[in-house]
Amino acid sequence: MDQVQSLGVSCPVPIDHSHILLAHGGGGRLMHRLIEDVFLSAFKNPVIETRHDAAVVELNGARIALTTDSYVVNPLFFPGGDIGVLAVNGTVSDLAMAGARPLYLSASFIIEEGLPVETLTRVVRSMRDAAAEAGVQIVTGDTKVVDRGKGDGLFINTSGVGHVESRHPIAPTRVRPGDAIVVSGDLGRHGIAVMAAREGLQFETTLESDTAPLASPVLALIASDIDIHCLRDLTRGGLASALNEIAEAAGASIEIEERRVPIRDDVRGACELLGFDPLYVANEGRFVAFVPEHDADRAVDVLKAHALGASATIIGRVDHAGDPTVVVWSPINTRRVLDMLSGEQLPRIC
Amino acid sequence: MRFVDEYRDPDAAAEVATAIGRITTRPWTIMEVCGGQTHAIVRFGIDQLLPKEITLVHGPGCPVCVTPVALIDAAIDIASRENVVFCSFGDMLRVPGSSRDLLAVKALGGDVRIVYSPLDALALARRQPANQVVFFAVGFETTAPANAMAVYRAKREGVDNFSIVVAHVLVPPAMASILASPGNRVQGFLAAGHVCAVMGYTEYEPLARRFGVPIVVTGFEPLDVLQGVYLCVKQLEEGRAEVENQYARAVRREGNVQAQAMVQEIFEVAGRTWRGIGDIPGSGLALRERYASYDALQRFPFREPTLSPETECIAGEILLGGKTPTDCPAFGARCTPERPLGAPMVSSEGACAAYYRYRGRSAPTRV
Repeated sequence: MDQVQSLGVSCPVPIDHSHILLAHGGGGRLMHRLIEDVFLSAFKNPVIETRHDAAVVELNGARIALTTDSYVVNPLFFPGGDIGVLAVNGTVSDLAMAGARPLYLSASFIIEEGLPVETLTRVVRSMRDAAAEAGVQIVTGDTKVVDRGKGDGLFINTSGVGHVESRHPIAPTRVRPGDAIVVSGDLGRHGIAVMAAREGLQFETTLESDTAPLASPVLALIASDIDIHCLRDLTRGGLASALNEIAEAAGASIEIEERRVPIRDDVRGACELLGFDPLYVANEGRFVAFVPEHDADRAVDVLKAHALGASATIIGRVDHAGDPTVVVWSPINTRRVLDMLSGEQLPRIC
Repeated sequence: MRFVDEYRDPDAAAEVATAIGRITTRPWTIMEVCGGQTHAIVRFGIDQLLPKEITLVHGPGCPVCVTPVALIDAAIDIASRENVVFCSFGDMLRVPGSSRDLLAVKALGGDVRIVYSPLDALALARRQPANQVVFFAVGFETTAPANAMAVYRAKREGVDNFSIVVAHVLVPPAMASILASPGNRVQGFLAAGHVCAVMGYTEYEPLARRFGVPIVVTGFEPLDVLQGVYLCVKQLEEGRAEVENQYARAVRREGNVQAQAMVQEIFEVAGRTWRGIGDIPGSGLALRERYASYDALQRFPFREPTLSPETECIAGEILLGGKTPTDCPAFGARCTPERPLGAPMVSSEGACAAYYRYRGRSAPTRV
């Protein structure tokens, strides 16, 4: 493969597996490799290579953030939200991670033949409400219908644009040793709520998804003149994957304390039962911020004053440059490596 | 969180670790039998707290790891058929058979599903009478009662489109086999707490006597493991070889008698091949004659099993405690969780997966 690259060939190279597995979409190492080997190598350009949640481009002097995301959640409705809310909040949050104020969204619907119209209108209504809450307008869209059995009820894609408000670029390359790592709230609620609602898993829980539009807490940080170095929303693959991505992109080693990571007891309990590590469980309304140490306490205060950051807290710091690993101090004061997830988390046997 | 936090308390852990240091006068090698304990040890870095004289070696207690390739190939063959819904616990899907794994069957269109209980698979069979629903009954004594219950109910309710691939293994014969092996270096055991919660620990008493090894029934939290090690070292230092119960909050000497009766009703003890280890007499379970019609291997006669290709995997030596994952030249290089050469790199209870996940590819800390 090295040889191919040195010849300057940039067409997609074959990846390790002959077929796409579900794990290629799981947010872990397989998905990473797919993005690297197939997409980045084909679409090569300086903007895509920043590998941010949203791309930042200049248009006539204005800095514009642009992003897109597709939503394929099963079930369509789950405690605390539905696919429509996710589709709006997810794209709004991705724009926010570039320090942008989200403005306009597009929405495309891929509908499976046989979907009750009532279901579709319910989803669209919640998109309308979510857009109103996030202060964005859905201004264009598309509809396709596929044969029964060729889709999972409803898939939604949203794209969004926003105006970058942060004066400094927000990117992994700005991460520095000594930076404090702040999470905006407790982790794991979305992943466990969706899993509990999915067929086949029967444990009683009152957990609701944490889905939320993350623009306003981020804009609050920017308005308070916090020099945000890097932001990442914690979606598939959870905190562990986000920290590994940043460590790798920044070429820096990160240390966190497991005890400081806020996780509700009901989420921890469900994870204990299933054999999941909550650090890998998906979120839809949480982000991690890398800020200079001297701004850290103020950043936490700003977030805590915000409804979406009530349990914000510092969980660790960037230790040193040149060694992209994530290390966790365990509750009993020992160290371990927090690796990127390989494929999906699979429930254990006993 | 109750029942968890108090067993992860740093001060209490440090206290037990100090106590272990105080009573240890020479080197001891202790095997934790269960993969769940291996993961707790590596995830919480429990071995970092132990004196250097204590070596923990990882045992065969990973049911996914010891399921033979031939059975996985049979499962893959069944799962690939038309009108079969193949249900399994999650960990099993990524274990390589001789040519592919169950996830690949799913990717190519097979109906392979993760379930959380065999009773979920049975419910699926009731809902889909036109399909054959097959459950991959993998596990130690811990999962046997639920699997037995599923078969029992299927028969009682006349759910004829339900069957299971039986891949059950039993812990005590494996421990005996390790102790009897010529290269054995295990001097004491932490027995698997959850297995004992079902089976009790009377079976271990003759083992402790016959081989002169202490066996401590141990739980899965950091403090459990540390206390288990303490009790084991204390026995070793005092020259005792008894069965002790650290995990008294979950385990009674006689175990769960009702669960045992359910297992007895459905299964009988049979010989079993362990992947990487070989045949161990009386170390598995098979369906009794009167439930034989629920045996998926009889219902779907397996086409010729393929020979498993030679790999570098040293799973057998790792499962017997002879080697640790980082002794394997393929570890982290040619064998990773995405491209596993052997099952210990796959299962959430496998020792190699634990090392890879919690220590990174190249940063093993040996005690």
